[in-house]
Amino acid sequence: MATLTLSAVKKQFGATQVLHGIDLEVADGEMIVVVGASGCGKSTLLRIVAGLESPTSGTVRIDGRDVTKLEPADRDIAMVFQNYALYPHMSVFENMAYGLKIRRMPTAEIRRRVGEAADMLEIGALLDRKPRQLSGGQRQRVAMGRAVVREPKLFLFDEPLSNLDAKLRVQMRAEIRRLQKRLGVTSLFVTHDQVEAMTLGDRLVVMHQGRAAQVASPMQVWGMPADTYVAGFIGSPAMNFLQASISDGGRTARLKAGVTLPFADGPRPGAEGTALTIGIRPEHVEHLPASPAALPLAVELVEPLGSETVIHGRLPGGEELVARLPIAAGDIGEVLPVGLPPAAWHVFSAEGARLPARSAVPA
Amino acid sequence: MLMRDHTAEDIALARAAARRQARSRWIAHVVIGLGVLVFAFPIWITLVGSTHEVNTIGRGEVPLWFGGQAVANYVSAWFTGGAQTRMTLGVPVWIMLWNSLNMAVLIALGKIAISLLSAYAVVFFSFPGRMVCFWLIFITLMLPVEVRIIPTFEVMVNLGLINSMAGLVVPLVASATATLLFRQFFLTIPDEFVEAAKMDGAGPLRFFKDVVLPLSITNIAALFVILFIYGWNQYLWPLLIVSDKDLETVVVGMTKMIGSGDQQNEWNIIMATAVLAMLPPVAVVVFMQRWFVKGLTETEK
Repeated sequence: MATLTLSAVKKQFGATQVLHGIDLEVADGEMIVVVGASGCGKSTLLRIVAGLESPTSGTVRIDGRDVTKLEPADRDIAMVFQNYALYPHMSVFENMAYGLKIRRMPTAEIRRRVGEAADMLEIGALLDRKPRQLSGGQRQRVAMGRAVVREPKLFLFDEPLSNLDAKLRVQMRAEIRRLQKRLGVTSLFVTHDQVEAMTLGDRLVVMHQGRAAQVASPMQVWGMPADTYVAGFIGSPAMNFLQASISDGGRTARLKAGVTLPFADGPRPGAEGTALTIGIRPEHVEHLPASPAALPLAVELVEPLGSETVIHGRLPGGEELVARLPIAAGDIGEVLPVGLPPAAWHVFSAEGARLPARSAVPA
Repeated sequence: MLMRDHTAEDIALARAAARRQARSRWIAHVVIGLGVLVFAFPIWITLVGSTHEVNTIGRGEVPLWFGGQAVANYVSAWFTGGAQTRMTLGVPVWIMLWNSLNMAVLIALGKIAISLLSAYAVVFFSFPGRMVCFWLIFITLMLPVEVRIIPTFEVMVNLGLINSMAGLVVPLVASATATLLFRQFFLTIPDEFVEAAKMDGAGPLRFFKDVVLPLSITNIAALFVILFIYGWNQYLWPLLIVSDKDLETVVVGMTKMIGSGDQQNEWNIIMATAVLAMLPPVAVVVFMQRWFVKGLTETEK
């Protein structure tokens, strides 16, 4: 049980700056999911915590102890690898016991720990098998077992679910979460999958181009994205972004699509005509038959999902809009009346940062 | 009407296909048969020749069927060598075989040990000049024993290793080919294993012993077969470095049995020796065939 503290961790490969100074405070027992598109530096960050890569500058502390210069084996951590990294010539038992054997743990203790972990992961019957005789999900369990038997201060997960098929992934996701809660081990989980991130993490670190774009709980990241990158990355289908400008002294937004609507949560700072980006999630777009406020959406693609329909279309200004409607509506070529309720807006400046309401000014 | 036409046509087509298949099968067998003949005939001649008495081949006959001297010839080759009619030579074949076996095994094991370690260093460690080291090893591929034989001989003389098993083996023990093969294999070992071992706390030697070596076992076996035969067939180097009869190897010793012309050659004994010299490599191949094929075709991953 431990805390993890990263301060100003930077990493450069040659002339390429991969991490631009990451600060992170992970509480005891917390599950932090680092999520981002490939190349955002999330794996590098994990490898720096693991000690497989050393930072150009900055420090890594586990439980207050500066481990930046220590070998991976001396950091008291365990890692689950993307391809599991099970030694193919060793049995499941040997794979799980290997790290303990090297640490010269007494055989009886090794047997006890492996037995316990195997029971917990329900792989007790597989201990004599070789990894190649196991299915993907079983290998995944063994890889987790290998981490569990070490009883480390920190679990590191490097996209461990990306090699599983969709169904198994959902199942293992839940299992990892349950296991982590039960053991209460502080964990860092790296993934590019936003659903995994949302469901697994106590908090998310959304990485973008070597920076932490936002560090917050999943619902905060979803409900109050810090910038347009985070807003577009989390949520599926992705958030719509519409061009707009400030009008009426900051009380309303004039959308390029042709309507002017008031901000629901208060006026925004900025001169008349300042450019804005209005974000609205597809599920918040409304179907408004026979309403004067509705915008005509020219339907270009319809994706029926059974309980709902995803409609890709174009607004009058030429901007694309995706709507997720709880009805079976729309046909290609048809014009659908849709509403963009201001209460569901995410308002961003033209540079992409979240633009909060100017609380001092009365609406 | 239409239906019947079709069936008749189809039957004809099927017959033609069967004929074509039969013909191509027949051609394939003829080609294989010729191949076998080309490879096997000299061995057959040797095998048959080793069972006749000395004068049969001496007269210029090439018998195609066994004679009655098999036991006598082999016993004489095994225990006394080719010394019945000549005073000069007389190293029993069993000594030559023993020396060859020692040499071939030591060369094969030495080559494997050295190239495993050097490939391990080149692949898993980053140190300054790593690629230079690799290329230095690699270009020695272009320098076979024959090219560097004079300086090597000089070195061996200076080290006092003439007429010793060490002198026979040491110059042949480094292998660029094997290093290259192991390097290629090591490159296929996923980085994740290295990293997992680091997390497990395994040092470089531990990782080598516990992970790299077990994974390489089929490659080692395959290479052993090739290198054993390479060592067994060494001719030029043993010819130069060894003049002591007790260290005579069978490949060299056999050619020394063939005289320069004054006396009749004991072809029956020479052929018996040739057959005996063939057996150990054959045994190694037969015994390790399964591993050999496995090592060349699949990896345990």
